[in-house]
Amino acid sequence: MEAFTELDAVASPVMRQNIDTDIVIPIHRLRDVAQAELGAYAFEPLRYLPDGSDNPEFPLNKPAYKGAQILVADNNFACGSSREGAVWALMGMGIRCVIAPSFGPIFHNNCFQNGVLPIQLPREDVLAIAAELEGATRPGANSEPRLAINLHDRTVTTPSGRKIEFKVDGIRRESLLKGLNEVELTLTKENEIAAHQAKARAATPWLYQTSLSS
Amino acid sequence: MPKTLFDKIWDRHVIADLGDDYALLHISRHLMHDGGGRGLAMIKAAGQKVRNPDLTFATFDHVISTEPGRDHNTLKPYAQRLYDMRDEAKRWGIKLFDLGQPGQGIIHVVGPEQGISLPGTLLVCGDSHTCTHGGMGAIAFGIGATEVIHVLATQSLVQRKPKRLRATFEGTRHSSVTPKDMILHLIGQIGTAGGTGYAVEYAGSAIRALEVEGRLTICNLSIELGAKVGMIAPDEKTFAYLKGRPFAPTGAMWDQAVADWRSLASDADAVFDREVAVDVGKIAPQITWGTSPEQVIPVTANVPDPKSVADPDKQKAMQMALDYMGLKAGQPIQDAKIDWVFIGSCTNSRMSDLRAAAEVAKGRKVAGHVRAWVVPGSENIKREAEAEGIDRVFKEAGFEWREPGCSMCLAVNGDTIAPGQRSVSTSNRNFVGRQGPGGRTHLASPAMAAAAAIAGHIADVRQI
Ligand code: SF4
Repeated sequence: MEAFTELDAVASPVMRQNIDTDIVIPIHRLRDVAQAELGAYAFEPLRYLPDGSDNPEFPLNKPAYKGAQILVADNNFACGSSREGAVWALMGMGIRCVIAPSFGPIFHNNCFQNGVLPIQLPREDVLAIAAELEGATRPGANSEPRLAINLHDRTVTTPSGRKIEFKVDGIRRESLLKGLNEVELTLTKENEIAAHQAKARAATPWLYQTSLSS
Repeated sequence: MPKTLFDKIWDRHVIADLGDDYALLHISRHLMHDGGGRGLAMIKAAGQKVRNPDLTFATFDHVISTEPGRDHNTLKPYAQRLYDMRDEAKRWGIKLFDLGQPGQGIIHVVGPEQGISLPGTLLVCGDSHTCTHGGMGAIAFGIGATEVIHVLATQSLVQRKPKRLRATFEGTRHSSVTPKDMILHLIGQIGTAGGTGYAVEYAGSAIRALEVEGRLTICNLSIELGAKVGMIAPDEKTFAYLKGRPFAPTGAMWDQAVADWRSLASDADAVFDREVAVDVGKIAPQITWGTSPEQVIPVTANVPDPKSVADPDKQKAMQMALDYMGLKAGQPIQDAKIDWVFIGSCTNSRMSDLRAAAEVAKGRKVAGHVRAWVVPGSENIKREAEAEGIDRVFKEAGFEWREPGCSMCLAVNGDTIAPGQRSVSTSNRNFVGRQGPGGRTHLASPAMAAAAAIAGHIADVRQI
């Protein structure tokens, strides 16, 4: 997994509530397209017009947000299915960080498994960040729609220079900073797993009767 | 210290406390299906071992055909995936319920049906509706593809402990109000992010009054509340349901298990982080009008007007949903003419669901312009329904009777509706394009779906 430490990049607001994982990546694309190619289909229902051309209204299609590596979204971003392809599709379009007031819980876990940082902030802060980004794209604006994310000191710096602190669980932060692979880490705990399982087999033996008997 | 049901089961599965409310958890049941993560193929590619194949169970449901007479090759593009999964399961000694065998079906129907999903287990599966199994008194939640690898390789998972929410349902429901209506109503009440960050326990007299199948329906939609986990304390109904099922404990182990399961209830003075109350006496049959399960109304209502809400973002979201769904603010929802009815999915494809829909369909005809499908949740349900003659009731009314699978709930297998078409579906997601790009989905109970099929438009089952 690629480590995440600091990121100073273009950030695009996608301010809709309840953007579900079926929008982030439609199931037929997940089925038919290789993991590395999913980026072209991220947000497909919003991003393209029925004739397949770019929807000019979709923020990520606007020149000002070209090359965005950070998304700013509204409540309950990526709610719905467990498909890890939602994260892969975002990564495929270059996204390394998503800021929202709340996330679909399985998507939230899937981000950490792939080196993508989900940042949860109060909705007022998210709305303010989105407004600043939009402001920075207006003609004559003297800043760019960029955010600076620092995972070491857990801050987001907005175009106007405002620093907003965010919380991230210690264990997730450490894994991201070091780019650790969780499966490999857990495999080193085999003794503890075996000890627990022996205890569980003694305490609740019926859970282990299963296929052994059938 | 008093404990909630959730805490009791969680604590039993903690291998190591990792700080910050995180734990390394033992997984007592792992379920697999043919969609998504391709876990076994990835294990093979990574050269890893399946640590406890006896605790993993698999079946085919997502990418299979549901056409009568189907087999592995009916959908050519996925045939190889099925064969590969079957080979890998065999190589590791993982129990796989194959096409045509008892036990095949939608994974969340199969787990309880086979007695695999037991009270007190910590059960995971690479699918968000794994919360369904919480209806058996388990902690059950969906995981991503990398987490599936983690479980296969280590029989454990790193998770953060969620907060606890209790939703208490009291009162007596009208006879045509189903568990589906109860849970849709709750989602409408607290929203699709209302349960985010929580494990939800459904409690109260109206929950205890439900049979096990109805409890599974309730828990199924927990993820549509934003909650990974939804659960109901096991009781005598749960035990009676499980007794004699193929993978349930037997003999002296059964008695030992039941004695333990009786301790699995929240203590009377247990404290929840949030409490929500629902009066089921006030619930009417529900129907969704928009593209999120929280956009739900009683079937007697008119489509809401975005101008009636204050929040401009909500207004915008409502208007976009209306445009996508081809509906006008203020129109009676029952005016919406439909093209499709889908009765199936891990929400509503069990015997009680099929019986409820058949009761409405009996002696009536599906409207001429409507295509209506019934897709039983499992091979066993299909056989039981056929033995009961339910398939004939449906067929005589003009419904198509299909083979078990996910089918039009997710539409990944080609069972889709066309762009612009409108369907009433007993599944759990009315998202944009869920039943096919451009398709419009209204969620409802099986009886309501059958009523719509007969009427040809969204209809109140009480008036059919
Ligand atoms: S029936 Fe639908 S919701 Fe259930 S597992 Fe299958 S695709 Fe998922």
